Amino acid sequence: MHFSEAMPAGFFSLAPWIVFFPLLGLLVNLIFGKRLPERAIGWIASLASGAAFVVSILLALSLREHAEGTRVLLAEWIHIGNLRLDWAFRVDTLSVTMMLVVSGVGTLIHIYAIGYMHEDVRFKGDPGRYRRFFVFFNLFIVAMMILVGGDSYLMLFVGWEGVGLCSFLLIGFWYDMDTLGRPSWANSNAAKKAFVTNRIGDFGFLMAAFLMFWSFGSLNFDEVFAQAPLLAQAMPGLVIAITLFMLLGVSGKSAQIPLYIWLPDAMAGPTPVSALIHAATMVTAGVYLIARSAPLYVTVPAAQYIVALLGATTALFAATIAVGQYDIKKVLAYSTISQLGFMVAAVGMGAFVAGMFHLVTHAFFKALLFLSAGSVILGLERGHHHLAHATHHGKEHDPHAHAEVFDPGDMRNMGGLRKRMPVTFWLYLIGTLALAGIFPFAGFWSKDEILADAFREGYQAVYWLLTIAAFFTAFYMGRQIWLVFFGEARHEAAAHAQESPWIMTAPLMVLAALSVLGGALNLPGLHSLTSWLEHTLEMVHPGEFIFPVAALSTVLALLALGLSWWVYGRRPLVAGQVDPLKQALGPLFIALENKWYVDEGYWAVFVNRYIALARWLAEKVEWAFWHEWFHDTVLVRGFNFLSQKVLHLRLDRQVVDAFFDGLATLTGRIARRLSPLQNGFVRSYALMVLSGVVLILGYLLLKG
Amino acid sequence: MIPLSWYLWLSAALFSVGLFGVLARRNAIAILLAIELMLNAVNINLVAFWRYLTPGQMNGQVFAVIVLAVAAAEVAVGLALVISVYRRRQTVVADELDLLKW
Amino acid sequence: MTAADFSLFLPLAVLLIWATVLLIVDLFIPKERKGWTASLSALGLALTLFLSLRQWGETASGFGEMLRVDPFATFINALLLLSGLGGVLLAYGSIRRHGVERGEYYTLLLFSVSGMMLMAQARDLILLFLGLELLSIPLYVLAAFALPRLDSEEAGLKYFLLGAFASGFFLYGTALLYGASGTTLLSGIAQAWSQAGRNLFFLVGAALILVGLGFKVALVPFHMWTPDVYQGAPTAVTGFMAAGAKIAGFAALWRIFTEALPGLAPDVTPILWALSALTMLLGNLLAIAQKNVKRMLAYSSIAHAGYILMAFVPFGVPQVRDVALAAGLFYLITYAITNFGAWAVVSALERQAGQGLELDDYAGLGSKAPALALAMTVFMLSLTGVPPTLGLIGKFYLFRSVIEAGFYGLAVLGVLTSLISAYYYLRLVVIMYMRPGEPQPVANPWLNLTWGAMAILTVLFSLIPAPLFWWASQSVLR
Repeated sequence: MHFSEAMPAGFFSLAPWIVFFPLLGLLVNLIFGKRLPERAIGWIASLASGAAFVVSILLALSLREHAEGTRVLLAEWIHIGNLRLDWAFRVDTLSVTMMLVVSGVGTLIHIYAIGYMHEDVRFKGDPGRYRRFFVFFNLFIVAMMILVGGDSYLMLFVGWEGVGLCSFLLIGFWYDMDTLGRPSWANSNAAKKAFVTNRIGDFGFLMAAFLMFWSFGSLNFDEVFAQAPLLAQAMPGLVIAITLFMLLGVSGKSAQIPLYIWLPDAMAGPTPVSALIHAATMVTAGVYLIARSAPLYVTVPAAQYIVALLGATTALFAATIAVGQYDIKKVLAYSTISQLGFMVAAVGMGAFVAGMFHLVTHAFFKALLFLSAGSVILGLERGHHHLAHATHHGKEHDPHAHAEVFDPGDMRNMGGLRKRMPVTFWLYLIGTLALAGIFPFAGFWSKDEILADAFREGYQAVYWLLTIAAFFTAFYMGRQIWLVFFGEARHEAAAHAQESPWIMTAPLMVLAALSVLGGALNLPGLHSLTSWLEHTLEMVHPGEFIFPVAALSTVLALLALGLSWWVYGRRPLVAGQVDPLKQALGPLFIALENKWYVDEGYWAVFVNRYIALARWLAEKVEWAFWHEWFHDTVLVRGFNFLSQKVLHLRLDRQVVDAFFDGLATLTGRIARRLSPLQNGFVRSYALMVLSGVVLILGYLLLKG
Repeated sequence: MIPLSWYLWLSAALFSVGLFGVLARRNAIAILLAIELMLNAVNINLVAFWRYLTPGQMNGQVFAVIVLAVAAAEVAVGLALVISVYRRRQTVVADELDLLKW
Repeated sequence: MTAADFSLFLPLAVLLIWATVLLIVDLFIPKERKGWTASLSALGLALTLFLSLRQWGETASGFGEMLRVDPFATFINALLLLSGLGGVLLAYGSIRRHGVERGEYYTLLLFSVSGMMLMAQARDLILLFLGLELLSIPLYVLAAFALPRLDSEEAGLKYFLLGAFASGFFLYGTALLYGASGTTLLSGIAQAWSQAGRNLFFLVGAALILVGLGFKVALVPFHMWTPDVYQGAPTAVTGFMAAGAKIAGFAALWRIFTEALPGLAPDVTPILWALSALTMLLGNLLAIAQKNVKRMLAYSSIAHAGYILMAFVPFGVPQVRDVALAAGLFYLITYAITNFGAWAVVSALERQAGQGLELDDYAGLGSKAPALALAMTVFMLSLTGVPPTLGLIGKFYLFRSVIEAGFYGLAVLGVLTSLISAYYYLRLVVIMYMRPGEPQPVANPWLNLTWGAMAILTVLFSLIPAPLFWWASQSVLR
């Protein structure tokens, strides 16, 4: 074989195990899961993910000594002509950072899901799906590890499609009901929407890959990047096309304008899915892709500017929508889109470290927020369940028999949860402060670095868009805190909500600690993440802390929190009351509630036009002109005239042939003897074919 | 190095296993699988010939890839037919498809 | 791809693109207006026919010898495209009545025709295999096209299972030829043969290819699928399949053996002789026992495969080879014309899918629908080989060339089996004219056009066969 590389140093040779461990967990659960108790399934999956995390740590340790990283060849894959692609892992500081986030946060969410899914499958009435959930979850880790660990665009694409598949499977996890558990196809429609929208993005990715192969003759990262500067000089248009097609892929996977519309619907999946896939890891794949392709992007400033502007616009746009949402997870979904916009803007500006930094801290605090939201939702479910038990006391209990449809995710049903769920409240508060960017939480440092970079590099528009988005971020998070945890309970279920068990809150505490301390990764002055990533992204340089920028963003965040108190905290919402902001803003708020009517716009502009065109073609062109006039009138009448008047000759003739009768009786008898051979059985026909083959071959071979 | 003839024997053996499967199995899906086995036996032949006779040219490999693609198309059509038969007759046993005979 | 390559490929490319586009266009054509799809597919076939006929007289190879345009290919292509048109006509005249009108029919037919054309033009084993499958896979689906009907489904599945089984043999054969010569080009194989000489790989490979193609053209003993599939498949499909698949299969057989393996003639000739004799004999004998018209015509088509193969038996006799091949090509025209006419009549009597197909259903046709009965009589006579029909001329050329090459036994057998076949062909004529009955033929303009035109051509060309024969003899492989 062709092991041209020297044996990797340190723990590098372990790299494939980041994929193998979760794969192992998946297989164990798939094969033996039926006979295992529920807890065991959950822990096996968590251990598998945890083992991948340990491997990632070992890889990181090795990288401290051999910072240049290495390439670990697993197997040859495709060698055609000059195309050489292998199953190979690229271990460098960038990919290992991603691996740490994916497996670390992933493991915590696995553990959380042990508790969460235990209750979720019972509220939804199908405990059998517990195992399936963890198989999908491990499969996701496998695909994500291939995505971040691959050393070529093709392998990245394999992972890219794999995570898309897992996302589809998990959004539609409760495929036969809607988010409230009623029989419906709403969840599977959400899954379909996510998948189809992502296919548009995949088209972009594939176009970029084809163009790269066409122009560079390779899809390997190193080979592509080595030639990038030359090609950018010779044919800048081509490189811009590649990067912009790639941006289309990014906008699909990382939910940017114009393809972000699938992410809010993706909240149909169970909450751990929203946390792991649709907040912490998969949706950041686009950011990783741009960071990975940094050597390509830096050669074309025009494309960089477009990326940055798109990210910043998305950040503000989604942040405004989040203000008008009532569903606790929808708010977080739009917040995720907005924060992804921050990251895309950062990597677009060339601030790759800032983007990656924000990716990491965002993984911490957004996972924390989502999981806490899950805890809130389950708490309400428990309260509602308790209530139903009390009222149906003595009668046979049926969880689906409630007359009233209760939405445990609607913030209008909450209120006052601070007292019923104190642990969750404090965790949520930490997540909120981190997301709002309050000193000294993790979000403050990473967001501030993006803003500072935008300011310093002269991206004026981007800077202002992001600053305003940050203001909105703090506002909608404040609104959420006041609505959910303060005031009085607006629903019986909220009044009886119960705190979640330790298996759910323990991982949350770890995440909370990371959300508080995560800023230490890249403190101004120390720049530990920058010097870590420098080994992979040669063009990065530590940015300096800019005090006015930090001060302005902090003041704005505090102002927004104060404003949210003034609107929602001063006079808490009571049951049935209209959102006070709606009274104040009127139609503007209704537009926010309806997500600026983007979905409706897509229908009006694309889908309906398309249907109208098809209808016009069918009714006017096909039916009226072609069928009615040309076909029925011209062709048929003309032909009938021809055939009946001209061709229809009256001929009559009898043929008697007795001559053959004698021969007939003889052959007829033979024929009837032979026909049972044709017994209708496929296999005896095949046997006949084979006997023919044997006869012919036998003749040829014996003849010599 | 393993001599070419080993591959040819392996391929012939696999082909025969497929043949036997077609003749011996009653389940239409099993027959389908057996046919796939025959096609893939040929693929071993093609790739072995390519490797040993004309490693510099692509045609053997391309042939094998085309065979794979065609086999996939065949299976798609075949399974669709089997499913539609199953829907109406509740059976995939090939010997029970004998409306048409004599 | 050079411009010259492209011009060779043009008709095939046009047809393939047309079919693909039609597949999409058909989505926008409402269910009850599939006439548009039919017309479009006919237009595509006609356009391709025009482009293909423009290549008449050209002899060139392209794509590194892989694809060939020569008079032989042009001739076969024209015949195939006309068969495709016949298939569209038959279908448009019947599938709506049978409640199985779906637009995919026409697209699948176009794809199948392109596979057939590829087989006629390919000079490379890979392309031949590709053509064979492109021909077959749509046909599997088409055979099962009258889906809710059990017999159509069964026909599709049987055809599929056995077809795939047979293509396994074909493929094995191509692999062995490739192994023997190190190339998949027919010309390269011929070269390798002349250098390496006769060896086991060549022999077995050629035999297996013969089996695979023999299955497609329904030679005994690879014929057993034919009656079941022809009976179960929708009548329009059967008509198309009976002509198209046979023409393409024989074209490929001729090309492979004449261009790649002429040296194998001493080994293969006895096998071909036996296959031809067996096929004629068994096909005609078994047809006698049939009560179902579709099944009877299926056995008739098996028997005709034997006649056509007869033209190929002398391929190792240099001075007769071309004449025999011309006779074979001529017989293909004869067979195609008669075949479409007969199936159009069957289709006209099939009021509902699967009904009106017994021989007894034809009773009284002579007085009820004299023109239709007359046309059917012409087709039956032509299949038998009785004057004044094209069938007689075709058989005459065939037998003459076989006798010239010295295969007297085969010629005698041909004449004898023709006599046997008269029994069942004429029995139908007798039933039509002499038994009372109330048949209710359908007067569909497209079906009328098909059987009317075919009947006229059958008689007309029997009176002036010379132009057709000239065309056939210009089209032999050189």
